[in-house]
Amino acid sequence: MDPLDLSLCQSVEALRDGTLCSTMLVEAYRSRAEQLNPKIHAYLGIAGEEVIRAARKADDSWAAFRRGGDHPGPLTGIPLAIKDVLCVKGYSCTCGSRILENFIPPYTATPVERLQAAGGLILGKTNTDEFAMGSSTENSAFGMTYNPWDTERVPGGSSGGSAAAVAARMAPIALGTDTGGSVRQPAAYCGVVGLKPSYGRVSRYGLIAFGSSLDCVGVLARTVEDAAFLLEIMAGHDPMDSTSMPVEVPAFRKSLRGEPDLHGIRIGIPKEYFTAGIQPDVDRLVREAIGVLQCLGAETKEISLPNTEFALPVYYIVAPAEASANLARYDGVRFGLRREGQNLRDLYDGTRGAGFGAEVKRRIMLGTYALSAGYYDAYYGQAQKVRTLIKADFENAFQFVDIIASPVTPSTAFRAGEKVDNPLAMYMEDLLTLPASLAGVPGISLPCGRDSLGLPVGLQLSGPFLGEETLLRVGWSFQQVTRWHKEAPSL
Amino acid sequence: MPLTHKEVEHIALLAHLQLGEQELEKYRQQLTDILDYADRLLRVDTSAISPTTTVLPLRSIQRTDDITKSLDRNDALANAPEQAKHMFRIPPVFE
Repeated sequence: MDPLDLSLCQSVEALRDGTLCSTMLVEAYRSRAEQLNPKIHAYLGIAGEEVIRAARKADDSWAAFRRGGDHPGPLTGIPLAIKDVLCVKGYSCTCGSRILENFIPPYTATPVERLQAAGGLILGKTNTDEFAMGSSTENSAFGMTYNPWDTERVPGGSSGGSAAAVAARMAPIALGTDTGGSVRQPAAYCGVVGLKPSYGRVSRYGLIAFGSSLDCVGVLARTVEDAAFLLEIMAGHDPMDSTSMPVEVPAFRKSLRGEPDLHGIRIGIPKEYFTAGIQPDVDRLVREAIGVLQCLGAETKEISLPNTEFALPVYYIVAPAEASANLARYDGVRFGLRREGQNLRDLYDGTRGAGFGAEVKRRIMLGTYALSAGYYDAYYGQAQKVRTLIKADFENAFQFVDIIASPVTPSTAFRAGEKVDNPLAMYMEDLLTLPASLAGVPGISLPCGRDSLGLPVGLQLSGPFLGEETLLRVGWSFQQVTRWHKEAPSL
Repeated sequence: MPLTHKEVEHIALLAHLQLGEQELEKYRQQLTDILDYADRLLRVDTSAISPTTTVLPLRSIQRTDDITKSLDRNDALANAPEQAKHMFRIPPVFE
């Protein structure tokens, strides 16, 4: 048995039963990560000997359990990849930026802390567009990540490192973050599962802020069940994040049992998402995937989300506005890069000018403009009002359907360098993932085929606010009768 | 309407970003394009619509004002580019 072939859930079972030991599992992933990283550049940092020592301890805990001792945490001995925007105490956290190149967080993000408390081990920190701003990881100050299916192409972004790591079997599972599609889009490009929970489902404490009304911690995984497993452990209220929902976390994995049966599930197909700009292969494969859901008993109907066309301009006002405020903290005083200057003003401006990359500066400029005196009402105010309409579109739709199905992106992974000089073309990447982000509803990206070039295509399912249970149930059912998620790139 | 060089300079000043002449010109063009695109929002009649402040059904989160353990001072200072006497050190603000 090759431990790299196991899903997360299978690895957990094998560790418990003693047919696999954590030392072997961690060693297998670590050497694969080390071996492939020069080619894929999924990781910014890979754990050293300390993770092997932790794996040995995990093996002792499972051995004690099999002798009649206590059940250790459910993730005991499982290696995890963490996007480098989530703080892990003592591990460098760069956000893909020169301005945080030497930053060592003094505390651990709540979702990561919960995974560690469940026994999970940190295998490494994954590459990201600088401060999660981008759709290709080309904005990382430390070099882009390459798509494991075709290394001349981008893996998507901003969680491109996490998606590529899972696709290339360099990690069994990874955390990502999704502000406007940064988990779902790279998942689609890399042929893995990408789960963005509802806004507020998972604590953001220790996630370095980008767009605070949009940021969500999500999961890149091989199977829906694996993603559900991790979500179950991470989710739930956290007193350190007042935007985390004080609601019970359902046992997500429990509803993923028995026969895949979708009778009684109503699936909406938004006509605005299937427009002329969609690559024909993507259109066909997503419609075929919806056909699979129908075969499982789901009822489908065309729906309308009339304000879809405004999601992109709303997002590219709201998110940069929030970013411009959030990134004010990088001023060379308390942490990060400092560029000395004649006076304090000089120090601030020089540090920020030198430490931020082009896209981050562009968004800070855009956000500053949208919030500035005289333009606030026309841009930020108006965008937040139109956002209300976008949110209402979803609320209306979910009165008649349980799930909304669409493509994740209009096309498959593009070539590196193709869109770097055209910000608007890059922003168009997020066209179909932005609406759910603005509405705060959960979404999942599932591999549903490959285009004529062999590149993965993603099916996006969205559910109502806090409706992850049904979302996961539908995604899991799809994977019970399809094989796309079992395919791996040859490397 | 295209942004002027002066406007872009002013935004950079507000944003505390030191930018070179070439950067300013590039952003002038790119921000003009992006804002032109965003202008389609002005077509939407929002006279009767409230802005979204949060997507959550939560309002005014409060907690009791308990004293709890917070970040250790040395840990908080550990990433500082410069520190003195347990404080962050910066160049003088007043001469």
